[in-house]
Amino acid sequence: MTDPAIPGSAAAGAAAASDAAEARAIRSDYKYGFHDESKPVFRSRRGLDATVVEEISRIKGEPDWMTEFRLHAYEVFRSKPMPTWGDTAMLAEIDFENIYYYLKPSDREERSWDDVPEDIKRTFDRLGIPEAERKFLAGVTAQYESEVVYHSIRSDLEKLGVLFFSMDQGLREHPDLVRKWFGTVIPPEDNKFAALNSAVWSGGSFIYVPKGTDVKIPLQAYFRINSENMGQFERTLIIADEGSSVHYIEGCTAPTYSSDSLHSAVVELVAMPGAKLRYTTIQNWSNNVFNLVTKRAVAHAGSTVEWVDGNLGSKLTMKYPAIYLAGEGARGEVLSVAMAGKGQHQDAGAKIIHSAPRTTSTITSKSISKNGGRSSYRGLVKVHRGAVGSRVNVRCDALLLDRDSRSDTYPTMEVDEQEVAIEHEATVSKVGDEMLFYLRSRGLTEAEATLLIVNGFIEPFTKELPMEYAVELNRLIALEMEGSVG
Amino acid sequence: MAPNDPSAPLLRIENLRVAVRGDARGPSTGDAAAEGRTGVPGGGEAGREILPGLTFDVPRGEVHALMGRNGSGKSSLSAAIMGHPSYEVRSGRILFDGEDITRLEPEERARRGLFLAFQYPVAIPGVSVHSLLRQALKAVRGARGGGDLGPREFRALVKEKLEALGIDPAFMTRGVNDGFSGGEKKRLEVLQMALLEPRLAILDETDSGLDVEALKVIAAGIEAMRSPDRSMLIITHYQRMLEFVRPDRVHVLIAGRLVRSGGPELAGEIDRRGYEWLAPEGAAAPEAEAAGRSQAP
Repeated sequence: MTDPAIPGSAAAGAAAASDAAEARAIRSDYKYGFHDESKPVFRSRRGLDATVVEEISRIKGEPDWMTEFRLHAYEVFRSKPMPTWGDTAMLAEIDFENIYYYLKPSDREERSWDDVPEDIKRTFDRLGIPEAERKFLAGVTAQYESEVVYHSIRSDLEKLGVLFFSMDQGLREHPDLVRKWFGTVIPPEDNKFAALNSAVWSGGSFIYVPKGTDVKIPLQAYFRINSENMGQFERTLIIADEGSSVHYIEGCTAPTYSSDSLHSAVVELVAMPGAKLRYTTIQNWSNNVFNLVTKRAVAHAGSTVEWVDGNLGSKLTMKYPAIYLAGEGARGEVLSVAMAGKGQHQDAGAKIIHSAPRTTSTITSKSISKNGGRSSYRGLVKVHRGAVGSRVNVRCDALLLDRDSRSDTYPTMEVDEQEVAIEHEATVSKVGDEMLFYLRSRGLTEAEATLLIVNGFIEPFTKELPMEYAVELNRLIALEMEGSVG
Repeated sequence: MAPNDPSAPLLRIENLRVAVRGDARGPSTGDAAAEGRTGVPGGGEAGREILPGLTFDVPRGEVHALMGRNGSGKSSLSAAIMGHPSYEVRSGRILFDGEDITRLEPEERARRGLFLAFQYPVAIPGVSVHSLLRQALKAVRGARGGGDLGPREFRALVKEKLEALGIDPAFMTRGVNDGFSGGEKKRLEVLQMALLEPRLAILDETDSGLDVEALKVIAAGIEAMRSPDRSMLIITHYQRMLEFVRPDRVHVLIAGRLVRSGGPELAGEIDRRGYEWLAPEGAAAPEAEAAGRSQAP
């Protein structure tokens, strides 16, 4: 591990994480921008047609229904136009014909760290995966390129009956369960990128938590793109059965390449009555990645779904985690942070549909723009007739670090029910001279003071993260901030 | 004057002319009510000269009071001594321990041992008092070769200071000045001073907005800091703080000019007679105007 030691207590850790002197010591180049030689066992040709889709399904040994699902999705992908909203200029840069849609780095999945090939292990070493495992992991599903190569599940999870697999393995071992839910929350027809993912998906996580089961430790996955022009299309499906509770965490880093990469995931969550499901992501794509993700949850009666979503890096991110509050008393929360630097556009937000009485939603969006970066909040809240007694609270805060950066807010509210309570608040602020002077009068440099203010700004987000992720996020932000001040 | 000459005053203000900087953007704390009051009095009129040429000394180990009405230039002087970027020093010098610090960055001044307790401390949402204290102490101690404190030593030190100032330990996890009462803000300023152990502490209206009980606790905290190795400049327009922290010298500022210096009895006299009798010919009018001016940025 080249990283500084992670302190033991939460208070000390938070202080250390915001400690800019330490942050200055971290290299200013993209931390995860290394590139190990990988030797894929199979790589599809560039570009996409029905043959490539069939080939992917055949190599994976999938049941016929999945092959047909993929082929159907491919037709949907072909027939759907590109989105006509969002950053259409950037979207137009995607060259679908210049992408590898499938790459399999080794021919079997590994469960033991000792069995993982050396070059892949080196990559994971640099990311601190085994370190993390020793510390706290319940199970690791690390996605290296398209296929899961390393996956361990702690035995007590197995005893609880919790299923935690890669999506591919889940399909092999629990085909009926997968078939029942796969594509039900996000059908291929939803949008062009969901259709593309449905056609060529590979990897991702499959989780099933049985009725009444409380999974006390967060389940974690680590994703990583490692090949130039490599599309990453992971597919995640999580089902929290009645009265159960689970927290899934996913973090992403990607090496830097000269030509653009496409990441287009689909994540489907189902919270059955009374269940509690939280999904935490921190993404730190390198600055050439198009990150176009469809995430949606269905929350049944009395359940709670929470998306905690942090977006750093990438060239263009378009991501709007959605929650369908389908049952009475369901609760949904989307808490997000986006940081846009030079040449980057973070177009993120949330979508919440209230379609049952006494449902509650909270959206908190925090964005930081610097060095001419652009961040947009795009949100939709829809309250259907009959969703009486529902409550909506939307808050968007934008922080601009300089005059060249930009922030936009596109909030949409469609309310067809009278008897609801709706609050909406949006703020745009700059790092104030008075704040800076106050901190500098206490001995902090301008860069240290700015970093402290930024960390304070996103604190409502970081405080929801497990300790290790809060430290890592603060460290990533310190890296991003280097050279942008003073 | 050689640096570290023990006979030299710790702080020397020499013919200091200060104006609001032409490109001053003014405060943008997001708090409209505070904006008019913080940092840049008269920030709306860039180029206005606030101190037309000020000279005075604060010797080592002495406590001096700087008195004057609102708008007399007291807060501008304290901001200029600390290096606020919205103030332009047009001529003159600020010497600290014999060193010319007029052009230093605020953090460099802090690291040399200057401290300013703000009249209107700034809220920094999401940054805990703990984080601020930890980082400030590290910066200031590091600069003086003291090294950073370990977490345990830090906690012990903070605990001692919190108790002395009658502050609830829960204070440490709150956002800096975020939703603080006036009294809590002033306590936090004095707490920072107690931890950072400056060689020169400037206390800008630390007594304002406090009830008598709070004033006593805070004054005791300040008095406890009195030491032959530390000088203080207490800025106030009332005498009451000075009943608890007795100054060695009292200076009176009117319209940016030092009109009278004297012993501690001068504070009592001002309390009885007000400032009018001290005003030079023609100074009263602009001063009154300054005091009543709207200070929107």
